[in-house]
Amino acid sequence: MSLTPPNPNLAIEINDLTVAYHEKPVLWDVDLHVPAGVLMAIVGPNGAGKSTLIKAALGLVKAAAGDVLIFGRPYPEQRRRVAYVPQRGSVDWDFPTTVIDVVTMGRYGALGWLKRPGAREHAEAMAALEQLGMQDFADRQISQLSGGQQQRVFLARALSQQADVYFMDEPLQGVDATTEHAIMQLLRSLRSQGKTVVVVHHDLETVEEYFDWVTMLNVRRIASGPVSEVFTRANLRIAYGGRSALGAEALERDEIRDAKPAAPIVP
Amino acid sequence: MTSMQLEIMLIAAVSAVACALPGVFLVLRRMALMSDAISHVVLLGIIVAFFFTGDLSSPWLLVGATATGVLTVFLVEMVTATRLVKEDAAIGLVFPALFSIAVILVSRYAGNVHIDTDAVLMGELAFAPFDRVVVGGYDIGSRSLVKMVIILALNASLLLVFYKELKIATFDPLLAVSLGFPVAALHYGLMTLVSVTAVGAFDAVGSVLVVGLMVGPAATAYLLTDRLSRMIMWSAGIGVVAAVGGYWLAYLMDASIAGCITTMLGIIFGAAHIGAPDRGIIAMARRRARQRVEFAQRMLVIHLFNHEDSPEAATENRVDHLGEHLRWRAGHIERIVDSARRRKLIQEQNGSLTLTDEGRTVAKESLQFS
Amino acid sequence: MIFGLNHTLLTVAFGSASLGAVAGALGCFAVLRRQSLLGDAVSHAALPGIALAFILTQSKEPLTLFLGALIAGCLGAIVVMNVVATTRVKSDSALGIVLSVFFGAGLVLLTFSQRQPGASQAGLDRFLFGQAATLLNRDLWFMAIAGAVVLTTLVVFWKEFKLLAFDPVYASSLGFPVRALEVLLTALIVAAIVLGLQTVGVVLMSALVVAPAAAARQWTNRLSTMVVLGAVAGAVAGVLGALTSSTFERVPAGPAIVLFAAVITIFSFLFAPGRGLVWQTINMRSRHKSLRADALLVNMLDMEEQHAHDNPEHAHSTRALKAAASVTGAFDVRGSLENLNRRGLVTKLPDDRWKLSTTGTEHASELTRGENIGGTPTS
Repeated sequence: MSLTPPNPNLAIEINDLTVAYHEKPVLWDVDLHVPAGVLMAIVGPNGAGKSTLIKAALGLVKAAAGDVLIFGRPYPEQRRRVAYVPQRGSVDWDFPTTVIDVVTMGRYGALGWLKRPGAREHAEAMAALEQLGMQDFADRQISQLSGGQQQRVFLARALSQQADVYFMDEPLQGVDATTEHAIMQLLRSLRSQGKTVVVVHHDLETVEEYFDWVTMLNVRRIASGPVSEVFTRANLRIAYGGRSALGAEALERDEIRDAKPAAPIVP
Repeated sequence: MTSMQLEIMLIAAVSAVACALPGVFLVLRRMALMSDAISHVVLLGIIVAFFFTGDLSSPWLLVGATATGVLTVFLVEMVTATRLVKEDAAIGLVFPALFSIAVILVSRYAGNVHIDTDAVLMGELAFAPFDRVVVGGYDIGSRSLVKMVIILALNASLLLVFYKELKIATFDPLLAVSLGFPVAALHYGLMTLVSVTAVGAFDAVGSVLVVGLMVGPAATAYLLTDRLSRMIMWSAGIGVVAAVGGYWLAYLMDASIAGCITTMLGIIFGAAHIGAPDRGIIAMARRRARQRVEFAQRMLVIHLFNHEDSPEAATENRVDHLGEHLRWRAGHIERIVDSARRRKLIQEQNGSLTLTDEGRTVAKESLQFS
Repeated sequence: MIFGLNHTLLTVAFGSASLGAVAGALGCFAVLRRQSLLGDAVSHAALPGIALAFILTQSKEPLTLFLGALIAGCLGAIVVMNVVATTRVKSDSALGIVLSVFFGAGLVLLTFSQRQPGASQAGLDRFLFGQAATLLNRDLWFMAIAGAVVLTTLVVFWKEFKLLAFDPVYASSLGFPVRALEVLLTALIVAAIVLGLQTVGVVLMSALVVAPAAAARQWTNRLSTMVVLGAVAGAVAGVLGALTSSTFERVPAGPAIVLFAAVITIFSFLFAPGRGLVWQTINMRSRHKSLRADALLVNMLDMEEQHAHDNPEHAHSTRALKAAASVTGAFDVRGSLENLNRRGLVTKLPDDRWKLSTTGTEHASELTRGENIGGTPTS
């Protein structure tokens, strides 16, 4: 473990994380300290390793080096306190199952082997659906949902895990305005309950409006900290290197503050 | 070696090359199992055409069987297009149904004719030389050999003529469409060739060997080269080796020739899988091991670089603590530090590591800094 | 004798029903996980296992042959997965290689087994196309017990298998050992295939894994119902095919069973409510009809509003309505009008003229506000 003793006040503590696919590095030596109760965006150009960072934190891809602590303890010990929202496109939405069924899957981990979900799990799943305004869709077949509704189902599933830390892979990608609004409302309410939410995010224009914490990534960590300190023109230039059209566009925007030196590693 | 043995080997080898040519494209287009579907279903075409003509040697059998092969491709695409099931399930639905009809027809109505359901699967290579083609009183060879030579010539010449088109339609179908190539026609053309080849090879080598000869050599060649032209050469060569080797294996063990040829194909594929110069298991393991050291060196310099001017550098960059940070085993860290020092990427000063200029350059390059 | 079936036929029917049910149930997972063609490779791959088991033990005990086939089938599946994971060779080619190489090796071993002393009646070649009539009582018991074990395992790990089939990455994030579950599920699928080899044969067994599942998928949107329906469809195809094979001369069981399964599948593709092609067509027709009616109502509202000041009672002729509809497509205007008339949304006046009724006006204004589109009732 790290020389600095693990800090249990940090929701997520990632030290020296390196991930490689076939010895080709995707993440290089990333340190990331995320305090509890923040709503954090991970931004960076395509191929920057945003999804990989989440997956490595969840142990879904093997890290070549580094460790991940959740509230000061290794991830496998804290699994019940963590929930994951994969990308919507990662599953077959023609699978024969209903909305409530998918959301109930969020309880499977806590149920353990051999036990069947019962009335209690059903009620928990319904409660999660209600938080996303999807209760009327409970018995819908999942193929009959719009993209935004599918995303809300995935969020409800994570919600039903009743975790403290949420990792979400592009939950706002390609959803309609209603859904985006509903999701952001949910994320804010999670934050107000003291939960920590980490979101892979593509849209640089909404970072300041939606998030209070941001990590900028491009294979290595460029900067991480409060949006007001870290989301600067200079850091964007480093992260996007002018190679990404999106980044270049964002650089031209007035809203983004003038160059500031990269903020120190937080905390 | 008798002339009959020679002829059997010749039939097997010519069939192998004839199958390998379209097989390369099937493998590259991820449609290898269409060979399975087509090679079974042609039986239906043969039997139906036989009912009409009453003659097992009629050329209409070839036409009917080829048409059934293409029909299978079409039906699979149709079922997939309903989007009721995925493509793999569509193949798994269509061809067993058509093949079942054929098997029932054969066993019920053609029992006394010279079609045997077992032979459908395994062929009768051992008997192939008995059926001669005599033109003008002159014996030009066994029927199977003549047929396969013609089909080989057809495959080879069409492949040569449409090489460029097939190549682009296989590697980048969208580009091919945008360039105005008739991609759908090429697709069905290729499937027709596969059908013709399957029909021709059918009574000599059987449907299972057709699958083996179409997929095995091509997949093996895929492990050996990156170039299409070489892949075709390799496939043909591997097919011939498997055919001849399989024949002798069968001779020595007194076993099924078709079975021995596919066994040879399996052995050759296994050998390539393990020992291929670039993509074999051994070569990959070696490369991995080499890359791992290089990768670890880079990890080390990047770690040093990231913490270089930060307050915690003094603690982070000490040799005795690196292992804990990077979660490396004790022996590993020393080896990597040693090798990095030998490459003059880092230097050590009283237990603390610092980057050399070169090390810093490597770190920056790795992080894609300009 | 029950229903005129003698003991042999009952044995055959019961055996085929159980193998069909197991294949149909497990096939659902194979189809949903896009492993439909794995069954083809696995069933062919089982042949050397059967031959080797016989050569080594000189026994045709169902358990011995089953274990041989199971091991070889699993080995085939492992080779496919390994080749796909470690080389650039794609799964279709890997399946093709395993299918032909294992089967070829099986043929070689078969020739050996037939040369064994006392093996003249080995009859292992019945494993190619299957034979229902050779089912004995001991085979039956074995199939029933092995099938029950497979299905029980499926029920025990139901929740995990469902999660695995739908979203393996998420399952892994919840802490389930996804790799081990995959191996177990694949082994169950292989077992289901191997159980049917004697009756259906290695060549066609894969169809009994795919077809009932594909049929069942069309009738339901629930995995549990799908698995039950798949089992039923598989059992029905098994019984009908086996009985046909036993009743008529020279009809091998495998192809007969597969054909019945194919008929069930085709029927389901056409007529299953909601997903079936016939239903899709009907739905599309009625949706078009309803949209046409919508368009007509809106047109009429528009036209009547233009006369709202001078003549609120103004009605329009069919010809005028056709002309107005020609922008959006004047297909079957009269039919739509008659239809709307029956529904009380328009009123028919003399001289072939039409006017919106009160409810029609209300409905049309809803439509113009963008509400309830496509909801115009038609008969």
